[in-house]
Amino acid sequence: MTSKNIESRAPASQRRQVVPAPAADDAIGASVSVTIDGAEAKVPFGTTILEAARMMNVKIPTLCNHDDLCIAGVCRVCVVEIEGQRTLQASCAYPVTQPIKVNTHTRKVRQARRHILDLMLAHHYGECYACWRNGNCELQSLANEYGVDGFRFGKMEKPRYAIDQSSYSVVRDMNKCILCRRCVRTCIDLQEVGVLEAVNRGQETKIACFMDKPLADVVCINCGQCINRCPTSALAASDPTDEIWAAIDDPKKHVVIQTAPSPRAAIGECFNCPPGTPLTFQMNTALRHCGFDKVFDTNFTADLTIIEEGSELLLRLHKALVEKDKAAALPQFTSCSPGWVKYLEHFYPEMIPHLSSAKSPQQMFGAVIKTYYAKLNNIDPADIVSVALMPCSAKKFECNRPEMCDSGFKDVDYGLTTREMAAMIKEAGVDLPNMPKSDFDEPFGTATGSGIIFGATGGVMESALRTVIELVCGIKVEKLFDHADIVPVRGFDGIRYVELPIKDVGPVSPILENHFKDWNWLKGATLKVAVAHGTANAKRVIENIKAGGKFSECHFIEFMACPGGCLGGGGQPIPTSPEIRAARAKAIYAEDAAYQVRKSYENPAVAHLYENFLTDGPCGHRSHKLLHTCYTARGKYIL
Amino acid sequence: MSALKGPILFGDFTPEAGLARALAMERAEVISEVRSSGLKGRGGAGFLTGMKWNIAAAAKGEKKFVVCNADEGEPGTFKDRVLLTSYPDLVFEGMAIAGYAIGASHGIVYLRGEYGYLLPGLEETLNKRRRGRLLGEAVSGKKGFSFDIEIRLGSGAYVCGEETALIESLEGHRGEPRNRPPFPVNTGYLGCPTIVNNVETLALAARVMSEGAEWFKKFGTGKSAGSKLFSVSGDCERPGVYEFPMGITIAQLLKEVGGEGAKAVQVGGASGHCVPAVQFTRALAFEDIPTGGSVIVFGQGRDMLGAAKNFMEFFAEESCGQCTPCRYGTKVLLDGIEKLENGSCSMAYLKELLALGETMQLASKCGLGQSAPNAFISIAANFKDEVLGRERRSEGRGE
Repeated sequence: MTSKNIESRAPASQRRQVVPAPAADDAIGASVSVTIDGAEAKVPFGTTILEAARMMNVKIPTLCNHDDLCIAGVCRVCVVEIEGQRTLQASCAYPVTQPIKVNTHTRKVRQARRHILDLMLAHHYGECYACWRNGNCELQSLANEYGVDGFRFGKMEKPRYAIDQSSYSVVRDMNKCILCRRCVRTCIDLQEVGVLEAVNRGQETKIACFMDKPLADVVCINCGQCINRCPTSALAASDPTDEIWAAIDDPKKHVVIQTAPSPRAAIGECFNCPPGTPLTFQMNTALRHCGFDKVFDTNFTADLTIIEEGSELLLRLHKALVEKDKAAALPQFTSCSPGWVKYLEHFYPEMIPHLSSAKSPQQMFGAVIKTYYAKLNNIDPADIVSVALMPCSAKKFECNRPEMCDSGFKDVDYGLTTREMAAMIKEAGVDLPNMPKSDFDEPFGTATGSGIIFGATGGVMESALRTVIELVCGIKVEKLFDHADIVPVRGFDGIRYVELPIKDVGPVSPILENHFKDWNWLKGATLKVAVAHGTANAKRVIENIKAGGKFSECHFIEFMACPGGCLGGGGQPIPTSPEIRAARAKAIYAEDAAYQVRKSYENPAVAHLYENFLTDGPCGHRSHKLLHTCYTARGKYIL
Repeated sequence: MSALKGPILFGDFTPEAGLARALAMERAEVISEVRSSGLKGRGGAGFLTGMKWNIAAAAKGEKKFVVCNADEGEPGTFKDRVLLTSYPDLVFEGMAIAGYAIGASHGIVYLRGEYGYLLPGLEETLNKRRRGRLLGEAVSGKKGFSFDIEIRLGSGAYVCGEETALIESLEGHRGEPRNRPPFPVNTGYLGCPTIVNNVETLALAARVMSEGAEWFKKFGTGKSAGSKLFSVSGDCERPGVYEFPMGITIAQLLKEVGGEGAKAVQVGGASGHCVPAVQFTRALAFEDIPTGGSVIVFGQGRDMLGAAKNFMEFFAEESCGQCTPCRYGTKVLLDGIEKLENGSCSMAYLKELLALGETMQLASKCGLGQSAPNAFISIAANFKDEVLGRERRSEGRGE
């Protein structure tokens, strides 16, 4: 289940080398014998020793190795002894191409591992008690596992580097860095952004941005994937917990929290639950225990996003198909992933017209809370502190964008990650998994299954299709797809493409009467959509569009910055792996299936909002002011 | 500087005779000739050149490359500079032969950045060869064999002498060694089969092709055929570049260069071993003391711990920083040497440092880290009296 099957952009020193099979063994199934600690097995040609060991249930410690990343072979913790070889070999990077005998814990191996850990610890500014990764640190676990009982080669008494707190989203503390380079590989190989690189040599080596600039001044998209893959606390999200506690403690403040779909499917991992344990309703209770005045479901504005973004798509289609206006920038790109938005602003500013002007659900909610909700409850919006629980580090940047103040105030005050929320819940002494269940607060309580699946790659597309099919074709989605599960857009393939012929059209529903008289102009058309997750895959799609390829014919494309979509976001619990993300996705789709209402346009609270507040309908004047936004052509070069 | 005199490279020979003879043969015959000559890589590792060529020739690949490793960065080594200054044609001839043998049409000289001043002369030599049809389409009129050479400058990193780091650097990346296997002969420059040979190896290959394997084997020892260039420096009367047959003893070499009475000789540069006087009867050959050619003579007055420190400072500076044992190990060993210097290193810690040295030799990613502790370990073993028992100096009393 690889999300990325394209050639690596990392230098060859930073990835696994593919060994060409000898001509005679080209036949499929060519296998080689490998003996590990006396046990023999046959493995496919080119399998690494580490992979072979895992198949054989032999544990080899690793640090620079990560299931999502190309292989570096730099930390050397995984060295093993191969009989007949002078030096030890890194098992993660050594492909088995001929029968070999491997020993994983000889004197030399044990000595080397201890020394390597000792060397790392001597150069890691370890303040375990005062570290947010305490108890979830791979270096700490390895030191424990391999019996480190002292600082054999000394320890760092003072930090060497200033902490880079320039970014709204990501904090870099190089004093904690052990130079495994997972962040470098995440950035250049997994995400193809490439703001992080090793600079200098020897013990002066460090991970830095271009020209040693602070992170805020380079093309970082804030996706936070590097944080999820850092074995120590060298990378962290910018933590607003103290400010949020202060707001909760302030009796004058009305503190509300909206919770996105992905955290609820993952927060259990911070409480020793297996990945994919849904804790939606327990979490609601826990948040109230923490002191939040209201707990809202971001799914409400996810549904709102679908209506706004879907209407915008139909308007663009009308412009292109009926008015023959070339300025109708198709395909329309989704805009709910702030990492993706910033990626486009930096790398493809010329494509910005394709971005939907609809705000992300987080920002729509922010604008609605400080206007509609404030008025409804007679609360001064200046006293509202609006917190967003997100699986995401980029959301912290997004809520700080200067244009996100359409309510007259900062629409969303704080973006809080799943990890930070878990820490707050723990600090409040709340045993999350065992909390009683409770529902979300009104007036946004009712959500639909469409909102929840925003958390998984393909979810926005599936939600949009469910609504568009029913609104335009006048038929039930269930007629086309069993249980309204639009399976072709699901899954973890990096890029997915789906065609949907519109055979018949129905009447225009009242909600869209402002814009359309009939759907006849769509009759017989084929809706072409695509889904891409991870910016590396997004890049492939954009390049294809620019070259006039298949994706330039698309009408609507969902992009998510993070592999797996929001459920794999940079604010989610650590660790992450394809298996963990799949488990979270399962929880999300299960929750969708359990909803009575599963189409955004059927959400009664959304309909109520249009009837009573956004009275000129989707993409109308009021919604444009509050629910839509504009973008900044940033480019790659920042002065 | 001594006059250049020697049996194979610094002797009299007919230019281009090796290339002419090679082009008259089948490719496989060329490889087999080089193979049977017993020629081994002169960069220090001593891999059989013919075998390397054979693997690259057999490797699948649309393109293949011959890379001449002229990133002569080992401290105390300057023989490649002499070859490129006095015998550039012989080196290019060797590259063309290698290109013919493995089926490559493109050669690259990776020239040490500090040798940039050689560039105009080398380019002129290449142009002359192009004009003389010794490079370009149909080399020397041989149909179907085209070969050209370009020169690329390094940027001063010692690690780029390591062949996979060199290839990374050629590809425009930070110079850092790759994971091996696969080796460059299968997956090298731009993913193509690539042979990386030392300057001297290529020059010798040209001589092998001109005079034949049997002639070549007359020089040197059974396991180390041919001659070797030595860059001799330090406490001797006649430092310079010498060509001696392989297997020459250190004592013989010292006599030739006027370095008798030396206390120790560092063979193989910073990454090599320190040989004390009692071992001067040992031979410079792959089967005894292998060397890339650097011989640094230490006179009686030299402080061996100071020498170890000097080498370790070099590695701490030049470690590429990629793998843990080398990046931090070099620094820890350097700090340890300073502790020894000011008499504050316990025996237990010295033992730990030597064990760390072993870890670096075993677990580092490339040859740089694997050889970085060599000098320290051999000096600690052979000059115990000098290394231990330093007068304890109080902290803060600088150099």
